[in-house]
Amino acid sequence: MGLFSKFIAKIKGTNDFSPADWAELEQELLSSDVGPKLAKEFLDAAKKVKSDNAEEALIEIMTQNLSKSSHEPITVNGTTTIMVVGVNGTGKTTSVAKLASYYKRNGKSVVLAAGDTFRAAAVDQLKTWGERIGVLVISGKENGDPASVAFDGAQNAQKSQSDVFIIDTAGRLHNKSDLMAELAKVKRVVEKVSPINEVLLVIDATTGQNGLQQAKIFTESVEVTGIVLSKLDGSAKGGVALAIEAELGIPIKWIGTGESEGDFAPFDAQSYIKGLLA
Amino acid sequence: MFESLTSRFSGAFSSLRSKGKISSSDIETTCQEIRQALLESDVALSVVEDFIADIRQKSLGALPTLQSGTNQANAIFEIVNASLIEILGGQARRVRFAKNPPTVIMLAGLQGAGKTTLAGKLAKFYAEQGNTPLLVASDLQRPNAVTQLQVVGESVNVPVFAPEPGNGRGNPVKVAKDGIEFAKSKMYNMVIVDTAGRLGVDEDLMKQASDIRDAINPDEILFVVDAMIGQDAVRTSQAFLDGVGFDGVVLTKLDGDARGGAALSIASMTKRPIMFASTGEKLHEFDVFYPERMASRILGLGDVATLAEQAKKAFDTDTSAKLEAKFASGEDFTLEDFLDQLQAMSKMGNMSKLLGMLPGAGQMKKQIENFDEGEIVRTTAIVQSMTPTERRDPKVLNGSRRARIALGSGRKVSDVNNLVDRFTAAQKMMKQVRNGGMPAGMPPGMAMPAMPKVNAPVNKKKKSKSGNPAKRAQEEG
Ligand SMILES: Nc1nc2c(ncn2[C@@H]2O[C@H](COP(=O)(O)OP(=O)(O)OP(=O)(O)O)[C@@H](O)[C@H]2O)c(=O)[nH]1
Ligand SMILES: [Mg+2]
Repeated sequence: MGLFSKFIAKIKGTNDFSPADWAELEQELLSSDVGPKLAKEFLDAAKKVKSDNAEEALIEIMTQNLSKSSHEPITVNGTTTIMVVGVNGTGKTTSVAKLASYYKRNGKSVVLAAGDTFRAAAVDQLKTWGERIGVLVISGKENGDPASVAFDGAQNAQKSQSDVFIIDTAGRLHNKSDLMAELAKVKRVVEKVSPINEVLLVIDATTGQNGLQQAKIFTESVEVTGIVLSKLDGSAKGGVALAIEAELGIPIKWIGTGESEGDFAPFDAQSYIKGLLA
Repeated sequence: MFESLTSRFSGAFSSLRSKGKISSSDIETTCQEIRQALLESDVALSVVEDFIADIRQKSLGALPTLQSGTNQANAIFEIVNASLIEILGGQARRVRFAKNPPTVIMLAGLQGAGKTTLAGKLAKFYAEQGNTPLLVASDLQRPNAVTQLQVVGESVNVPVFAPEPGNGRGNPVKVAKDGIEFAKSKMYNMVIVDTAGRLGVDEDLMKQASDIRDAINPDEILFVVDAMIGQDAVRTSQAFLDGVGFDGVVLTKLDGDARGGAALSIASMTKRPIMFASTGEKLHEFDVFYPERMASRILGLGDVATLAEQAKKAFDTDTSAKLEAKFASGEDFTLEDFLDQLQAMSKMGNMSKLLGMLPGAGQMKKQIENFDEGEIVRTTAIVQSMTPTERRDPKVLNGSRRARIALGSGRKVSDVNNLVDRFTAAQKMMKQVRNGGMPAGMPPGMAMPAMPKVNAPVNKKKKSKSGNPAKRAQEEG
């Protein structure tokens, strides 16, 4: 039985929660990666909950940590331009493919730009996805300038009046200031053609507290507008994304749950929060 | 939330140090601080609890044998650090070579952990030691993983066995098996098998991994794990241990700023040694694992060794050698040396990031965050406006000299005064450090890459080590 239902059962019944029970609660909260601060806040608030409607009250405590910003993906009239960023290996390229597939299934026309000119075979990886999904992938030469590939892509998307234009970028650690500057440049150059409407930061659900640092620094350089929480199909619960919501106000917008293009859905607060407590 | 572990941890110790005598309740407070610090570093709760219990017991045991509060604080610090190093490095060993070649190394881990890049790094590492590795492309899952390995192999000049195109086609078990046969027939003495990333909860894929294992009977299975992983490290490493088993651990992406507390969880839960550290996207950015570095990192004491490496890149050997000689001979550190350092520092890039890596940096978190990169430029201008005599001996700087310097550098006299004061303080501290003491705290803006042995307690027993981090890294590395 998950933490949550156990808690509810206890609180509904005799209402006595022993120190050991609290310790177990803390353990389960921490193991979801929400971090010691949120875990403590949750416990403090939970201790005040009275038995009536405990379930709702607890969900409410967690939900209050969500960002007040909209969790809806942004779309605009004309071409919606999306840039996908993140540290190495979080699932950026796969998320680009998943987004493309999602929009295509919803009847939108999509163009992709292979902005990872650095990692070996990254361009081929996106092209393979493009073929599978049936969307155009604009690419340049390997080790070329990512900004110019993105620029070409943006022009193509404009000319072809595509509904959605998505830029894949190379993975980079946020503490490498030269690489972060390069990313900011990609954004600036693309915005000469059209504004970037959405910057999605891909956070791997297994990430620990470092995820906060990632979100903070990526936001500083490219103004992240939303989180893609990937790899939620594993045993990790992705609690750091809640810490990001609480701390930085950046909303989770998408959830990735597998390696195929269909394993992807818009964020749903209820199921995410329940997942954290399960 | 961003309050760093460093400040928490060094806070705990400086309050211990300031006590005349440490009581058992002080130890309890410190234990609670350390507990919090480790949790913020992503160490799993169960591991934290065991660790704290151990520290508490050892600290209480050490108390009566010590005299002053400072000694006791240092002793407790040593206990914490040594315990961490013990867990992290306790099982340390090198790769076991097979009696009958080829030595087979199989890589396993989650998606995106960095296996393919690591395969290339291992191949390069062992090829440089005179081995003849073969890479085997058994990740047939992720689009173009095979191509990626081929590109990687080419750039390190190691052949890649890749009979299947991948992208969902081909049998990874057969590829692995054929790869070994191929290696035998062509007399390669080492085979490195890249496999697809998989989740611990994915039973089918875990079964596939164990099938690969059974087909190739590896000498080493290395579990590759991202240093940024959080609490899931425990579940996932256990799942891989049960599902395929592994003999050693490789931590990747250590060039990031994650504390890497998962290393402690994995080492203490699985009792498998952490063998290698992967520290960058380039194929030479790879090293054997140093438990001491990881311990400082988890404790938030700053990764001096990594800082030293960056410094080494920025400082030309002449500058370092000069400073090193000076330091060893007990000569004073002068404003001229400081100028050299400032110039080298501007080559190293973003200062606040670098300062953040210094031990004790947590205490100056605010200053670091507000670090004004222009400060280096302005400070350099002031020092450059001094005469060589003034740089060598700031004591001659009287009022009129200071006024001249201010004018020359376009700064205020108070800026000049400020710089001289901070410099004098830093100089004093350098002396203190050289004499084996612990600096009370670094004056902001005066922290410099060549600041030696700032984590004195850690290295206390290694007096022979160089005081210059760059040099020390060379000695150690
Ligand atoms: N299980 C699971 N795997 C995923 C998910 N998203 C991506 N992956 C896998 O994670 C691995 C890395 O994904 P990529 O999309 O290549 O990641 P990336 O961020 O583009 O990587 P770099 O460009 O190398 O930084 C691949 O094996 C993907 O199949 C997910 O939601 N669940
Ligand atoms: Mg990618």
